[in-house]
Amino acid sequence: MAITTRVVARPTGEASYVRATFKGLALSFKHLVDPHKVTVQYPEEKWDIGPRWRGTHRMLTTEDGTAKCVACGLCPTVCPANCIKLVPGVDAQGNRYPVVFEIDEFRCIFCGYCQEVCPEEAIHVGRHYENAEMDRKDFVYDLARLTAQTHPVCEMWDPADPKGE
Amino acid sequence: MMHSLSFLLQVANPQLPPTMGMFVLMGLVKAGAAFGIYMLCVAYTTLAERRVAAWIQDRLGPNRVGPEGFLQPIADGIKNFMKEEALPDGASKALFIMAPAIAFVPAMLTWAVIPFASPLPVPGVGLVDMVVADLPVGFLFTLAISSLGVYGITIAGWSSNNKYALLGGLRASAQMISYEIAMGMSTVCVLLLAGNVNLNEVVAQQGAQGWNVLLLTLAFFMFAVAALAETNRVPFDLPEAESELIAGYHAEYSSMRYSMFPLAEYANVITSSSLMVTLFFGGWDIPFTTWDNLPPWTITKTLLTMALYVSKVMFFVFFFIWLRWTVPRFRYDQLMSLGWKVLLPMALVYITVVASLLLGLDAAGVARTGWAFRGAMLGMNVVFVVLVFWVLDRGRLISPAYSRVERERLARMRAVADRGDLLSGKGA
Repeated sequence: MAITTRVVARPTGEASYVRATFKGLALSFKHLVDPHKVTVQYPEEKWDIGPRWRGTHRMLTTEDGTAKCVACGLCPTVCPANCIKLVPGVDAQGNRYPVVFEIDEFRCIFCGYCQEVCPEEAIHVGRHYENAEMDRKDFVYDLARLTAQTHPVCEMWDPADPKGE
Repeated sequence: MMHSLSFLLQVANPQLPPTMGMFVLMGLVKAGAAFGIYMLCVAYTTLAERRVAAWIQDRLGPNRVGPEGFLQPIADGIKNFMKEEALPDGASKALFIMAPAIAFVPAMLTWAVIPFASPLPVPGVGLVDMVVADLPVGFLFTLAISSLGVYGITIAGWSSNNKYALLGGLRASAQMISYEIAMGMSTVCVLLLAGNVNLNEVVAQQGAQGWNVLLLTLAFFMFAVAALAETNRVPFDLPEAESELIAGYHAEYSSMRYSMFPLAEYANVITSSSLMVTLFFGGWDIPFTTWDNLPPWTITKTLLTMALYVSKVMFFVFFFIWLRWTVPRFRYDQLMSLGWKVLLPMALVYITVVASLLLGLDAAGVARTGWAFRGAMLGMNVVFVVLVFWVLDRGRLISPAYSRVERERLARMRAVADRGDLLSGKGA
């Protein structure tokens, strides 16, 4: 490519230095005294997160406190990140239940497919994001930890019509 | 007993200069106190810079360490001391280690000759000048020492053995030498008015005659621009220029050694502000009254004048910070042509006019403290301010790269450019 010279036609007629600087100073002073600051003081103040926020998982329970999960295997199948580990089992009454149900929150991409595919409304992504840990292995949530979560869940669906009927 | 006591008290009359021994002692006390306060001010200027920057950008700034971030400078200091010091393999070791100190010391030395309050009568000691060293060559000393500051930066840039650092150091030396001249020239007018280079005398003159900023606004303007360039702050921060030179001269520095450079910059800001206040805003003088300029000196006077001096300096420190977060950086050619083609000729013309006016007024027998003298100076000042800020500061670009192109050459360049586009197939 040939080297070309571009000569910019600058607006010399309107140019000024001192007056323009004073104008700029006035502008930045306006911002200096303006009480409108955009910073959110994080640990004390928090943004309201939307009803469709997809964060840390939560497993809902039945009235007797056991997980709603019937170990159908849909969520590990649909999971694009392959982060759900499910080992199904059958109890004395012949009901299927999860023997092992683990979600690796590090692998999870928070797509929310597990919640969408779940026929029992058991597994949910939650409206929650403060899930830092000191150890990598603590990011693998087992069933006890998933059921112990109390944060509100993502409203991918209309709460008035949970089964989509 | 009583007789000897009264004799001692007579010797130590608080309205008279102290004896030699007391003078040395008070000098040490003043130096120690001034050093401590100055370092504290430098530390807190860093906090002021960060918070003002944040407010201007609609943020909040550091407000977590202590109430409203008040302990932030201490936390920063501890952090910097704890960090690892990197010493580049290719660096010239002795100079590399020395450079931060060389950059820092001149700023502080300069401040030593600036008077910060009216003399303090100390019972049993005598009248103590509120200046660390009341040098008879005061102002010349500040010029001499502040031009040493460039060595720290240039040596830092060179000894790092890094291209960017070297470029930063070179830019710093070119810039500081260029603006040193404009700075010196702009203050010649002040010295013409004061008739003395002792800064205490300059303050006294302004107390009697009115602040120099009213009589010599243009000199103040030029001094402020040159001082900005001397402190290497935006819009003249080309030596660091993070967008082009990474961090310029201190690219290779880390830990407390790095930290010395920002500290030197803030020390320079405080010193430049103090100089502006002393030379143009009456120093510790309280305006609209001569009560504070005349003996008998009292502690109240000292405290009041010191408070006023501090608030004036704080305003200018704030102004430096305010300007930094307002204007963009100059290009290198603009910087050079502003210094050599605008400020220097302007200062020379200004000196000539001011000197002629002073000579004329003195020959006509106009008293320097009278209203006629002030009126004449003020009139000259208004003419200059209108001329420079309204007439000359219009329709001009400070840029040799632009202004040197003549019309025919421009046409030729455009023709070549078009042909280049055609050859590369873009013009079709």
